Amino acid sequence: MAKVEKKRSLSEERLRDFLREMLLIRRFEEKVEERYRAGDLPGFLHVAIGQEAAEVGVCAAMDDGDVFGSTHRAHGHTLARGTHPNALMAELYGKLEGCSHGYGGSMHLYDVERGNLGANAVVGGGIPSLVGAGLAFKLRDEPRVAVAFFGDGATNTGTFHESLNLAQLWKTKTLFVCENNEWAESTPGWQHSPVWDDMSKRALAYDMHAIKVDGQDVERVYAAASEALDHVRSGGGPVFLDLETYRMHGHYIGDAQVYRSKEDRDEAAERDPIVRLREKLELSSEDWEALEEEVHEIVEAAVEFAKNGTDPQPEDALKNVYA
Amino acid sequence: MQYREAVNDALATAMRADEDVFLMGEDIAEMGGSMGVTQGLFEEFGAERVRNTPISEMAIVGAGIGAAMQGMRPVVEIMYEDFLTLSLEQIVNQAAKHRYMSGGQLKVPLTIRTQGGAGWSPGAQHAQQLEAWLIHVPGLKVVFASSPADARGLLWSSIYDDNPVIFFEHRLLYPIKEDVPEKLEPIPLGKARVVREGTDVTVIATGPLVHRALAAAEEAEADGISVEIVDPRTLQPLDEETLVESVKKTSRAVVAHEAVTRMGFGAEVAAVLQEKAFDWLDAPIERVGAKFAPLAFAPAMEQFIIPQPADVLAAVKKTLARS
Repeated sequence: MAKVEKKRSLSEERLRDFLREMLLIRRFEEKVEERYRAGDLPGFLHVAIGQEAAEVGVCAAMDDGDVFGSTHRAHGHTLARGTHPNALMAELYGKLEGCSHGYGGSMHLYDVERGNLGANAVVGGGIPSLVGAGLAFKLRDEPRVAVAFFGDGATNTGTFHESLNLAQLWKTKTLFVCENNEWAESTPGWQHSPVWDDMSKRALAYDMHAIKVDGQDVERVYAAASEALDHVRSGGGPVFLDLETYRMHGHYIGDAQVYRSKEDRDEAAERDPIVRLREKLELSSEDWEALEEEVHEIVEAAVEFAKNGTDPQPEDALKNVYA
Repeated sequence: MQYREAVNDALATAMRADEDVFLMGEDIAEMGGSMGVTQGLFEEFGAERVRNTPISEMAIVGAGIGAAMQGMRPVVEIMYEDFLTLSLEQIVNQAAKHRYMSGGQLKVPLTIRTQGGAGWSPGAQHAQQLEAWLIHVPGLKVVFASSPADARGLLWSSIYDDNPVIFFEHRLLYPIKEDVPEKLEPIPLGKARVVREGTDVTVIATGPLVHRALAAAEEAEADGISVEIVDPRTLQPLDEETLVESVKKTSRAVVAHEAVTRMGFGAEVAAVLQEKAFDWLDAPIERVGAKFAPLAFAPAMEQFIIPQPADVLAAVKKTLARS
């Protein structure tokens, strides 16, 4: 395991872009919570509040042409890879204009043009296909990387272990990104994994290069992800990127979190990646408010767009079953 | 050409024509597969395209899905269809759903070959016929070839279909021989074959039951009963038209497969026939299949469980109210 000490110098402008992206995800997620509670949105939803640095740091380091698969907690990755907030919100509203045209929903977000090969609602289920995509890139000698996002809970699944083994064996162009948010639904890390406080140990058994980094520090995440992607892209084999992040809200919207102490929630607030970046940038209150205003307008416009979207016809349900 | 050679020939022909076709599976390289189906392919195409895998059914299928989503045409071998159960999550939740959940953005041109079949006393975990499990899942195509020519032409079409196809082979059919066209002729999926023409009763049979039905038909002939045999060949999509047409002609139907009768493919065929040919039927539809027990080891018990030519003959006679 390599600790990332070297920092790629990021301009203040770039960091401000990251802050804007992270804030957009935060406010988007809060709006989703609001609209869900208001009864606007069908299904059930998982927001990634607290994990924005992990999402933005990795996604910003990816190249056009790279592909990824996400999890049931996918809104952040989807926005951070460039899907328009309108298309994402429209999907949550079940509209044809949605990024999966109403066929997927929150847990099945796709945007193939931007490399999004699907958010997956089966924990661990999406990981093997990123090994396959990485194999295709290797066989075709393409400088592309397939990124598999998953949480700490997924590291206990068979697909996870089979995938790491196969990827390392074949040196596929796959980056495994573990977003260790310390919770597998209601089960804390220490109850589900013997290596919960250092998930990078999972890579040891497969002789895979691992990088561990503070997932609440977007600059460090970006640097680590860049290093990892370079390694994979240049044919050095897969990398396991261990991001220590934190889920600040419940597993799903409406989760009463009876399993979680007040101290734990307070601790979560202290590890807010957006607060950290804002303080680091020493943003003036005018600048912060301007940023809030800009993001607010984007999110409100997304809701308007989604509400005015086209409802699918019931019989559209029979399309797209086969190619 | 033997059935085994026919499968091999389809794979080799596709691989010669198309760099995007490659194979993954356990023991398929130097060993040539545990059934010898891939013999010679490793020597001709090398380790990059004939990939021996670890014993990881989930990852093998998942890697196939990922490579297929990148436009390649992987063919995965699952050594025994009993082991297909290990990869069902990937097949049912992933391969079958990506196109749909993405609202038509993705295609998964993956072929999964597997084999099963009783009659050689392997016991309960090496010879099941599980095709009904897969036919039940929208998004999958399911093929079961009973002859060398069909295996060759249908496998080609499976590889070039843009959907995931589960291609069932039968262990006891591998050595059977017949003349095949010199040049591989693709057989479209979803087209049944009238194996034997007759006028009194239609036997709709799959896999080895086609051959057992042929034996039964010879005996029936001696009794003055003219049996027509139709092999659907593709179980999903099902060529209902050819089946219904035959039954309208003979007014009697028997459905026969080696899989367990209860909830089997035959039950669906019987439902289709009563829906579309009820007014033409002169007798209740008879079903022939395995008895409702796991496959026993002792030959006497195993043979008792699986359907024999005599069972087909008895069913044929029953539709004619003869014994």
